Amino acid sequence: MLWVDKYRPVQLDKLTYNDGLTQQLKRISAKENVQNMCHLLFYGPPGAGKKTRIMALLREIYGPGVEKLKVEIKNFKFKSSSVDITFITSNYHVEINPSDVGPYRDRDVAQEVIKEIAQSHAPSNSAAVQFKIVLLNEVDKMSRDGQAALRRTMEKYTSACRFVLVCNNASKVIEPLRSRCICLRVPAPRDKEVEEILCNVYRKEVKKELPVEAATKISNMSNRNLRKALLMLESTYVKFGVVDESSQPQLADWEVYVGMIAHNILEDQSPKKLLEIRGQFYELLASCIPPELILQKLALELLRKLDDSVKVDILQNAAFFEHRLQLGSKPIFHLEAFAAKAMVIYKKWSIEFMEMCDEMDD
Amino acid sequence: MVPWVEQHRPSSIAQVAHQRHVVATLSSAVESGNLPHLLFYGPPGTGKTSTILALAKDLYGPELYKSRVLELNASDERGIDVVRNKIKHFASLAVSSSKSSSYPCPPFKLVILDEADCMTTDAQSALRRTMETCTRVTRFCIICNYVSRIISPIASRCAKFRFQPVSTEVMLERLNMIADKEGFQLPSDVTDALVNISGGDLRRAITMMQNTYILHGNSMKGQDIIENAATIPDSVILDLVNSCKYNSFEKIQSKVNDIIADGYPANQIHDWVMSKEAFGISAKSKSIICKALGTTDMRLTDGSDVTLSLLHLVSVIMQALQTS
Ligand SMILES: Nc1ncnc2c1ncn2[C@@H]1O[C@H](COP(=O)(O)OP(=O)(O)OP(=O)(O)O)[C@@H](O)[C@H]1O
Ligand SMILES: [Mg+2]
Repeated sequence: MLWVDKYRPVQLDKLTYNDGLTQQLKRISAKENVQNMCHLLFYGPPGAGKKTRIMALLREIYGPGVEKLKVEIKNFKFKSSSVDITFITSNYHVEINPSDVGPYRDRDVAQEVIKEIAQSHAPSNSAAVQFKIVLLNEVDKMSRDGQAALRRTMEKYTSACRFVLVCNNASKVIEPLRSRCICLRVPAPRDKEVEEILCNVYRKEVKKELPVEAATKISNMSNRNLRKALLMLESTYVKFGVVDESSQPQLADWEVYVGMIAHNILEDQSPKKLLEIRGQFYELLASCIPPELILQKLALELLRKLDDSVKVDILQNAAFFEHRLQLGSKPIFHLEAFAAKAMVIYKKWSIEFMEMCDEMDD
Repeated sequence: MVPWVEQHRPSSIAQVAHQRHVVATLSSAVESGNLPHLLFYGPPGTGKTSTILALAKDLYGPELYKSRVLELNASDERGIDVVRNKIKHFASLAVSSSKSSSYPCPPFKLVILDEADCMTTDAQSALRRTMETCTRVTRFCIICNYVSRIISPIASRCAKFRFQPVSTEVMLERLNMIADKEGFQLPSDVTDALVNISGGDLRRAITMMQNTYILHGNSMKGQDIIENAATIPDSVILDLVNSCKYNSFEKIQSKVNDIIADGYPANQIHDWVMSKEAFGISAKSKSIICKALGTTDMRLTDGSDVTLSLLHLVSVIMQALQTS
């Protein structure tokens, strides 16, 4: 089991950081209140611990029985197509990811699958809590029609079921849905909190102290993403057998690879190089790295390496091509266009820079 | 047990708060047994669904409700086939003569198409024909948030009712009534905060009130509401705008990273910058900033990456402030 999973707190009491939020969840799930629970919308960046908190909340409500999970893939035939949907269920809740099936079919999923779940019976065995929970992931990735299809379902069947919606970006959840929920923000842990957690996990797993410098280094590289930080800690440990001041934390392979592309852009601005970069993009896409993530990472990498005077220009183009990429259907075009544009920007800057140096020499 | 929003949903037209015009017209319709086709539109949580469900109950009573009312919403398939078959079939059937004594039971059926924003134009066109042919025995009520999503041939056949954001006084009255029934006192700073944050969305106000009551019981304060309102505090945005003044890219990048890592909804930053266009800058810089705001907003709406879009926006603001 990965360390991220192994040391995931399962009880509300064991959660660290975001204490205010934890207190709220405790009140919501307290015996005298739980019957009145409203629909919840958790939002926050990736790796901030939304899911951990939700599972701890469910445990508080239903007891440890909720951890007995069953994973099933069911096939559904809709009018236009058939899709496979992964269900993660316990006796008390159902979890699915409706956006998985894509923008037109997520509406079918909401209309036929989710409504069906909401209508079906509440958990009967434990009389304590009379409703089940329907947990929907990545609601912000659902189409507007898909989201709209949840509206009335969330109202009609409240006595038998409460919804817990999860997303990264609350602005992408339509207003009528937000109006139906308590919106709970889950901020990522601060750098210091990440460091503490890293040290704790390391102590428990390796039975040694993690040097502060090493913890700081990993925490900085992970940009407040706790999942990423823990994965990095583990892979660094696996590689070196120990993590100390001198060990260089292990980035994910694809990130290293994007770093190489950035390096290539600055090394030589020519059609030949661009062709080589195209190959690299293809390779990343082939290993299923989302194109918008590639573009974001590449832009940030370039920003790190370039002079302040060209940063706005780089960003302007990164944002422009990323938008194009979202609208278009062939990511490679937009990735390559951005790379070419970055070459131009850099070339122009370096020529001006040289001229300036020459002038100073004269 | 259900949440208060459902528990206190109006069960008859008379209980619908605020939408006086709607209520008056519909009550007289109940009395006279005469009803035009209806089109309700307005923002979330203002009582559209509640009103039509209450009207249907007032008209038919619980016994006839099932046979006289067809309710379809966005959670039901409503493509062109459904309009042509299911809706048409229901709408064209003659009404049964059975009458229950205590309800008006007018001689027509009611088809409710709730959340109609996402019905396709094709389906709406088909609906238009059904509406024409079945007027004798069926009334339609179309409900949506944006009236512009409804094709004009349908809109022009309906009596249109705009549901207004619920006004401050009515909201106070309603919230106090619920608090009363639930047996607690609502402090005035709490109601103020609820009114402020909900922006006329009564459902949101009730939900937030209940949550705050659960969290803090009788000792709730206005501050508690604000904490849970899914808004970005002014101080955070001020801090961001201030960081632009140092003309340091590194500074704004770290601020933007923190805002995103803290999970604040990005589009609220736009609203804020738009509303406080102030910070004493030249018209030219303002226009540059506004243009960038527009572009960023469009990109985010199209699903663009928040980090890149926001960083770009803030870097433009930084530049504009510098030349200002
Ligand atoms: N005018 C109102 N009078 C009384 N209660 C209201 C009113 N408006 C909203 N509410 C409360 O808010 C809840 C939701 O209202 P309703 O379902 O009618 O909203 P809606 O206008 O249909 O919103 P949406 O556009 O999101 O579907 C109701 O259950 C009720 O508790
Ligand atoms: Mg409604």
